[in-house]
Amino acid sequence: MIPGVSLLEILTVSTLMFFIGVYGFVTRKNLITVLMSLELILNGAAINFAAFNKYLYPGQPDGQFFTLFLIAVAAAEVALAIAIVINLYRRILSVDVDNVNTLKH
Amino acid sequence: MEGYNYTIWIVLLPFLVFLVVGTGSLRIRPIVAGWIGTGSILITLALSLMCAWNYFGAGAPEGGWQTLIPYDMVWLRFNDTLQVHMGILLDPISVMMLVVISVVSSMVHIYSLGYMKGEAGFARYYAFLSLFSFSMYGLVLATNLFQIYFFWELVGISSYLLIGFYYDRHSAVAAAKKAFIVTRFADFGFMIGILLLSWYTGTFDFATLTSPDGAAIAKAASVSFMGASVLTWALVLIFIGGAGKSAMFPLHIWLPDAMEGPTPVSALIHAATMVVAGVYLVARLFPLYIFGDATALEVVAWTGAFTSLFAAIIALTQEDIKRVLAYSTMSQIGYMMLALGVSGSGGEEGLGYTASMFHLFTHAMFKALLFLGAGAVIHAVHSNLMDGMGGLRRYLPLTHASFLVACLAIAGIPPFAGFFSKDEILAAALHKDPVLFGTALLVAGLTALYMFRLYFRIFWGENKSYAHPPHEAPATMWVPLMILAALSALVGFIPFGEYVSPDRLPHASHLDMSIAITATAVSVLGILTAMWLYRKPSGVPARISGGLGALYRAAYRKFYIDEIYMGVTKNILFKGISSPVAWFDRHVVDGAMNGIGWVTARVSKEIKGLQSGHVQQYALGFMLGVLALVFVFIFWLKQ
Repeated sequence: MIPGVSLLEILTVSTLMFFIGVYGFVTRKNLITVLMSLELILNGAAINFAAFNKYLYPGQPDGQFFTLFLIAVAAAEVALAIAIVINLYRRILSVDVDNVNTLKH
Repeated sequence: MEGYNYTIWIVLLPFLVFLVVGTGSLRIRPIVAGWIGTGSILITLALSLMCAWNYFGAGAPEGGWQTLIPYDMVWLRFNDTLQVHMGILLDPISVMMLVVISVVSSMVHIYSLGYMKGEAGFARYYAFLSLFSFSMYGLVLATNLFQIYFFWELVGISSYLLIGFYYDRHSAVAAAKKAFIVTRFADFGFMIGILLLSWYTGTFDFATLTSPDGAAIAKAASVSFMGASVLTWALVLIFIGGAGKSAMFPLHIWLPDAMEGPTPVSALIHAATMVVAGVYLVARLFPLYIFGDATALEVVAWTGAFTSLFAAIIALTQEDIKRVLAYSTMSQIGYMMLALGVSGSGGEEGLGYTASMFHLFTHAMFKALLFLGAGAVIHAVHSNLMDGMGGLRRYLPLTHASFLVACLAIAGIPPFAGFFSKDEILAAALHKDPVLFGTALLVAGLTALYMFRLYFRIFWGENKSYAHPPHEAPATMWVPLMILAALSALVGFIPFGEYVSPDRLPHASHLDMSIAITATAVSVLGILTAMWLYRKPSGVPARISGGLGALYRAAYRKFYIDEIYMGVTKNILFKGISSPVAWFDRHVVDGAMNGIGWVTARVSKEIKGLQSGHVQQYALGFMLGVLALVFVFIFWLKQ
């Protein structure tokens, strides 16, 4: 509970973060920015967890656990993704998504 | 039943020989195969004669000749009511047929040892002969309609294989196909007839069907369809099958072409045994033909009469000796059909039935002899055409003598076999219908004429100079000729009425003197005409044929029946039915399949761009999908 801030306002922020992330994920061409957008999406979701937990079920810690897990998973994922992007750059000297379409084969 | 168990070997032995020789035909030496086949058929000859002796030897039992079923088994069991049996049925006509088949088949087997010597495929030939003997025995011994149909098709396939024996010759292959297709076409009628009959009677079994009280067929006789009872329809349809096998007009076209096969095969299959299967079939079901109204028997009688006249006229004009004999066979089988058609159920009325079986018996002997004699002539001069023959009596004395006996027998000169059976047929025909009698008498005269035309042109006439002097056939060939000549001369004295009659009771045979004298006079007239025309080379035959003009040409071209068939097939069947069906198959059936394939290919081509490999597009799709689901859940599926 943050005094003076209602749940609706927090959800508005998290939803904005989420859709900005989605927009960035779909439109950015640079893989690094795509990853950053992904982080926005994840964090938007994490805020939701924490907010719902705090406002609706104050006595229980489940939502906060999920948030912690999310942060851990996001950290692991970013480490992995950055490694992939670096390796990709070494192979094709590019971090442009349009050059990485071999998945279709 | 006791004491007839050996009859099973009459059927099984040729089948085993077929399997052994057929599978080993490339490994065993030809002469060994020949002797295995001949030996086994001689054993079946001994067994058949023993069977006939046992059956007929003791005289007729009280109440007439019995039907014995020494062997019967369920071959296919569909359910409690629909069962197919295989078995052996002995009654006067099947025992008589056993004798005919075994005698002719034995003679042909021995004869072929000489005739076919050195031919490629000698062992194969004997394997097919054994297959044929097996099928023919199975056919005549059948206990039920299904079994007779089964073996009916087996003799058809053996005939096909043997006509096409020289399969490297185009005409032989065409003839084999023609024989198979035409008889198969007729068998379609036979099959429908069987189905009709068994549907209404609930049985295939001959003994049940032909029981004298007619209980089984009463229902079929009482149901009417298009102005005739179902029984009549079934019997006419069955007769169509018989007419196909027995080369009755208009299904006769295959028989002359079947002469492409080796000559002994023509003697066995296309003269003595298989082609009379149609007569045998009608005789087998004779109580049914009697039970129904007269229509079916009238069809039989008139088809037979017309065919006998039609074929006799064509036989007068043919140049190929085997074709003359083929048309003669058709004519004589027409005679048998005619006799069956005019027959009644028993007593004096039943003379036609007896006469038909008698003629079948005697005809088998002398016609086999004629074919084997013709084979000896062909063997000597290497040609089928009468033009290349003449004066052969000095080169082939034995063949000449036996051929003369056969010609006298078929012309009906006493005391040779044909005289007695032909006399009975004429008597039976006169009893029924003077028109039929007149036709039969005319055919008797024509028979004498064309047979002696053949005889004089081969053995008399001008002396031709031959590239190789013709030589008499080897002993394996002339011994069967002599045996058959003796039989042709003597079998007429068998009192056939004692053994075979529609009511199974023995009847004394007697000669009708006025008919006998008339018929003999007509035959002698025919022979004298032939002698006048053909004994010495003269221009008279050519002048006569020239004088007849179109009629002669039509007969020479077999009354254009083949051309009519070709025309009908090409213009109506091919153009009217086959081509539209083919078009339908190609464009609609195939088109549907191709259409499905085309649509699938086209759609996949259009949508394969969706799998671009661009992760962001996938993600966009995924998001939009989730959004859509969210909207669905919120606005559409809300409670």
